[in-house]
Amino acid sequence: MGSLLSQIWTVIVMNIRSLPKRLWMSLAAVFAVSVVVAVLLSFLAMANGFEQTLAGTGSEKIGIISRKGSRSELNSTVSRDNINILATAPGIARDADNNPVYSAELYVIVNGIKRTTQTEVNLPLRGISLGGFELRDTVEIVAGRQFEPGRNELIVGQGVLAEFDGFELGREVRFGKTTWKVVGVFSTGGSAFESELWADALTVQTQFQRGTTFQTMRVLLEEPGNIEGIKQLAEDDPRMNLDVETEAAYFAEQGSALRGIVVFGWGLSIVMALGALAGALNTMYTSVASRGTEIATLRAIGFSNMSAFFGTLAESIVLSIIGGIVGALVSYLFLDGVTASTLGASFSQVVFDFQMSPQLFKNGIILALIIGLVGGVFPAWRAARLPVTLAFKNSM
Amino acid sequence: MSDEILFELKNVAKKFVKGTESIAVFDNLNMSIKKGDFLAIMGPSGSGKTTLLNLLGGVDKPTAGEINFDGKRVDTLSEGQLAAWRANNIGFIFQFYNLMPMLNANRNVELPLLLTRLGKQQRKKNVAAALELVNLSDRARHMPSEMSGGQQQRVAIARALVSDPKLLLCDEPTGDLDRETADEILGILQLLNSKFGKTIVMVTHDPQAAKYAKRTLHLDKGQFVEKDLAA
Repeated sequence: MGSLLSQIWTVIVMNIRSLPKRLWMSLAAVFAVSVVVAVLLSFLAMANGFEQTLAGTGSEKIGIISRKGSRSELNSTVSRDNINILATAPGIARDADNNPVYSAELYVIVNGIKRTTQTEVNLPLRGISLGGFELRDTVEIVAGRQFEPGRNELIVGQGVLAEFDGFELGREVRFGKTTWKVVGVFSTGGSAFESELWADALTVQTQFQRGTTFQTMRVLLEEPGNIEGIKQLAEDDPRMNLDVETEAAYFAEQGSALRGIVVFGWGLSIVMALGALAGALNTMYTSVASRGTEIATLRAIGFSNMSAFFGTLAESIVLSIIGGIVGALVSYLFLDGVTASTLGASFSQVVFDFQMSPQLFKNGIILALIIGLVGGVFPAWRAARLPVTLAFKNSM
Repeated sequence: MSDEILFELKNVAKKFVKGTESIAVFDNLNMSIKKGDFLAIMGPSGSGKTTLLNLLGGVDKPTAGEINFDGKRVDTLSEGQLAAWRANNIGFIFQFYNLMPMLNANRNVELPLLLTRLGKQQRKKNVAAALELVNLSDRARHMPSEMSGGQQQRVAIARALVSDPKLLLCDEPTGDLDRETADEILGILQLLNSKFGKTIVMVTHDPQAAKYAKRTLHLDKGQFVEKDLAA
């Protein structure tokens, strides 16, 4: 066994060392695999970033109440009366004055210009009660100041400032017939809220003619994740037709919107992988052909056909893994942290960063490994079956 | 030369089939090789020299008949068993040396020892001894591309004998060398035979090379033409 391993190892080392002899062919195989892996990881990093952004947006400490079956804030309505009743529900945390901490919120779509494409896109404007700041302990005003209730003032998320034109501090922006002034920039630690514009809820209600309705109610939970008291109250009251869930659960559901992208990414990568596979097969068949005499000589000396098989397979795997690593590094260097925006579940733009992760890196290497294995196994089989008499082919 | 028979071919036939055509290289071939012999096999192209060498080296199998080595039948061994048998008993020397271009002389010579249970230190000693025997100790770390044809063939000889095989099979060992270098290589083979008792079978076109052997067999159309030389 030890002898077989040392045979295999010797053949592997020889094959790897002889790669420079087949430099361009080997580089072509590496390039093909790297492109496949880079494409796959681009899609996965995009989906991962989007999912992470939305997952990071929701908090277990916050309960969100929306119209039953609405699935997004945009489709939801919650009346003032319902909000007043729900504010008395058990399980809602209270402030120093023993008042329940909650925020009745509006969520309307306004226009923005995407900086990279100069195209008009939907941006979410969130009307938020002052309680909304108590709820969201990650909110920080990083420039300017807080909006004043009753005035047409906006604060904008850092993502909005980065991705869209016209929201710089001090600028005035026009939504329909109303004009708003940007008075502050806020951060929420990279969550999807940074893709939003925030203003006073009652002012938004008035300016956008929403009567007395809101779209969601957010409450600070006494105990993270425990929404049972509020849920019970909403279910027991026949006047209410509402869903109650934690904000974390709500955004996790929204994050799955890009699941189709992941499937598409894998599908495209697999189709491309077939091309890379053809390249790998070609490279390895050429490699076996160019090393025919060497392989046969080793077999004549007494090396087993298994050593020829595994030596060839190892060469293919090494080339593919190099390609996989190159592809992953290219994705990491050029895409990781790149900010992009796409349409979220509420038909508004969500700003997110492409995010590579060790898991994604692993996926890329596994794909490369599969290409190497499949692309190497047939040439390896040929190497193992090469006639030993080939060692003498130059004679007689 | 001892009276003990090392190799014996009995009624050996070898046919190659190509499509519907069958070409018989040997039919009912008999021969024996004694231990310590240095045998040259000559003959025109297509006479079956290389096929005979392949059969002796266990890299090809006869269509009929039997081949015995040291009293044991070898033509019935499986591929894997034949590989192990070759590793233990046969040293090959090729016309174009067949060195591994990416390994230095040391590592090339060490290859057959990787098939044994010898430790690294012992392997190193044996490699050094083999290279010394062919006067190439000073080229131990040189790559094949840094050596002349004669030096490469000497490395190939060191590789062939490093595991102390019972038989050296040489396929036109001087076919790629000039006269002077060829004589040098043949001198080494003769020394290995006379001083170290190695049994050698050498296929060659070169009558000058054949003179270094103890006896010569001439093959023509699959038969030994000087029947008195065939056992």
